[in-house]
Amino acid sequence: MEDQDKLLNDITTQEYQYGFVTDIDTDVIPKGLSEDVVRLISFKKKEPEFMLEFRLKAYREWLKMKTPDWAHLKIPPIDFQETIYYAAPRTSPKYQSLDEVDPELIETFKKLGIPIEEQKHLAGVAVDVVMDSVSVTTTFKKVLAEKGIIFCSFSDALQEHPELIKKYLGMAVPTTDNFFAALNSAVFSDGSFCFIPKGVRCPMELSTYFRINTAGTGQFERTLIIAEDDSYVSYLEGCTAPKRDENQLHAAVVEIIAMDRAEVKYSTVQNWYPGDKNGLGGIYNFVTKRGICRGVSSKISWTQVETGSAITWKYPSCVLIGDNSVGEFNSVALTNHHQQADTGTKMIHIGKNTKSTIVSKGISAGKSDNSYRGLVKVMPGAINSRNFSQCDSLLLGSTCGAHTFPYIEVGNKSSIVEHEATTSKIGEDQIFYCNQRGISTEDAIGMIVNGYAREVLNKLPMEFAVEAQKLLQISLEGSVG
Amino acid sequence: MLSIKNLRASVEGKEILKGINLEVKAGEVHAIMGPNGSGKSTLANILAGKADYEILEGEVTFLGQDLLELSPEVRSRSGIFLSFQYPVEIPGVPMVNFLKASVNEHRKFKGLAPLTAGEFLKLLRAKKEMLHLDTELTNRSVNEGFSGGEKKKNEIFQMAMLEPKLAILDETDSGLDIDALRIVAEGVNALKTPENATILVTHYQRLLDYIVPDFVHVLYKGKIVLSGGKELALELEEKGYDWIKNGNE
Ligand SMILES: Nc1ncnc2c1ncn2[C@@H]1O[C@H](COP(=O)(O)OP(=O)(O)O)[C@@H](O)[C@H]1O
Ligand SMILES: [Mg+2]
Repeated sequence: MEDQDKLLNDITTQEYQYGFVTDIDTDVIPKGLSEDVVRLISFKKKEPEFMLEFRLKAYREWLKMKTPDWAHLKIPPIDFQETIYYAAPRTSPKYQSLDEVDPELIETFKKLGIPIEEQKHLAGVAVDVVMDSVSVTTTFKKVLAEKGIIFCSFSDALQEHPELIKKYLGMAVPTTDNFFAALNSAVFSDGSFCFIPKGVRCPMELSTYFRINTAGTGQFERTLIIAEDDSYVSYLEGCTAPKRDENQLHAAVVEIIAMDRAEVKYSTVQNWYPGDKNGLGGIYNFVTKRGICRGVSSKISWTQVETGSAITWKYPSCVLIGDNSVGEFNSVALTNHHQQADTGTKMIHIGKNTKSTIVSKGISAGKSDNSYRGLVKVMPGAINSRNFSQCDSLLLGSTCGAHTFPYIEVGNKSSIVEHEATTSKIGEDQIFYCNQRGISTEDAIGMIVNGYAREVLNKLPMEFAVEAQKLLQISLEGSVG
Repeated sequence: MLSIKNLRASVEGKEILKGINLEVKAGEVHAIMGPNGSGKSTLANILAGKADYEILEGEVTFLGQDLLELSPEVRSRSGIFLSFQYPVEIPGVPMVNFLKASVNEHRKFKGLAPLTAGEFLKLLRAKKEMLHLDTELTNRSVNEGFSGGEKKKNEIFQMAMLEPKLAILDETDSGLDIDALRIVAEGVNALKTPENATILVTHYQRLLDYIVPDFVHVLYKGKIVLSGGKELALELEEKGYDWIKNGNE
């Protein structure tokens, strides 16, 4: 409650408060993409042979593929030869304590309101910070190690646990899956790796803050999460990026594998630079996220709050293979000014008695365009399966667009699929009611929008929910009146 | 406290208020009665600052300020409270959050520090007790799924939290059973002080058995056609609105 109040008072007039650039020494390879660049990335990262093979295979496949054009998006042509595919902070050796970390970086985190040292003590969050592409610092590793949990940068995992990567990488998202996944597979720079062994409940939220920092650097993160039998983990991904006028490409891949009775919660707050009021600049965000419920009674839930990026193309999905497995997708996607979002999920029911739930809350303002696209597919063998989908759209003003594209395929008679959709406008009467109680119109809209999104926000871990509420409000600045 | 002079207003080109004059002093309770469609809610909404209306003529001063110049939120913070005839639902916004934001906006306006969570909850409890309100309402979303009676009680509860200088109650009695009516009336009476004033908008005499007005005005077709003491309400009850209509056609 107090937090909410703070948020409401916190609104300032700036367009995008995280727009600054950190001046850190970076090691950049020339722009452009070729087999040599792929080899160079792999070489710089001292990767095992199988990794280079994986990359090259993906690259060759990517060459044959086309950018997808089925989304309700206007995507300007992207020149892949104008992108830089690798940049690493030059401050190479890893640190044992924060005192050794580049003070500029610490300052960056302070500006973002992420005091890592405080987080370590207070929130009990282990933070694997990804600055551009290479992990700069990893905390809480020891605590986790005692439980046998591996949580580290993808690069470290490649050095220390190559057998795990070799076994699971590409299992949920094969290199050929789609254009952007193939590109990511060829050139990904770094990311996070997480392994929860049998029977272990991860005692803290695992959190990664991503930041795109070098001008013109495409960001290709790769995340792999493996939850063995009877394990549990809650994983948080939070993002802010400095303001840029040129468009920046981002194509991440996240893979989750859940074994028997394992549960993985994956939460995202995405706040990359959306471009300015006139639609200039902003991040292009093409993400492939997929979880596989391989084990019986396993569960994967995606919760996302998307307020950033000029273009969002993102469908966190669940493949429910294990009998009785459960998939969840909870989403708030807010677009303002000229932002475009085409986001949703795929729930593929393969095992018996599998269940999925979709809750999507779209909010559009300004001249933005916001689409929900979701596939629910029940295979013939997935008997007694269930899906419930709720897709709501909230419009602020009359110049924005909201669309819903549900695709439903049910392959047997014992399964039940339900889909509900609503579209509403924010009510003048609601705003006046708040005004009459002394609450300004801007705060009233923030409050009404947060109320509308509450069902999803409630699924986020506490510290994330607060940030998400703030973001929703800040993102709507300038959309009123 | 409140002075309305020759107020004329229209909505969608149609003149609704046709020259209202009203003086309300601190400590007074005024009842505004009249048949449906007379313009009672229009008057209440205009005082609260709803945007739908066009002011054609006249002036309204509140505590020495030109009221019509102020934004609705500033009117609220300055001490005007409207209990809505139809309180709107705001899904997903917990009543406590809403009230806390509201109370703290009022405090900020007065140059006071915001209440801490503890202080706020204490105030909340005190006001609930005062109104004999069941505790459950504040834990729900603003008016969401409330019955008609609960909505009205919730309006009075907010009034108790904000302690306005001028409370305008628009048909707060309609749709209430006798028990709810008593709770609402007791609340209004308990909140009465020599420093604040109340305008009761109603078309039944029933509420006035519980809240005794100092003045009764009859609004008909956008004009105050009759004013008097509390006896006027009884006379109206007896003779019905036809009595007014016949005299004013
Ligand atoms: N927003 C509006 N748009 C159109 N007509 C309105 C609006 N508000 C009020 N009116 C009209 O103004 C007249 C007075 O309404 P109202 O003030 O609600 O009366 P009362 O509260 O006395 O029943 C009615 O004829 C009503 O239809
Ligand atoms: Mg009315």
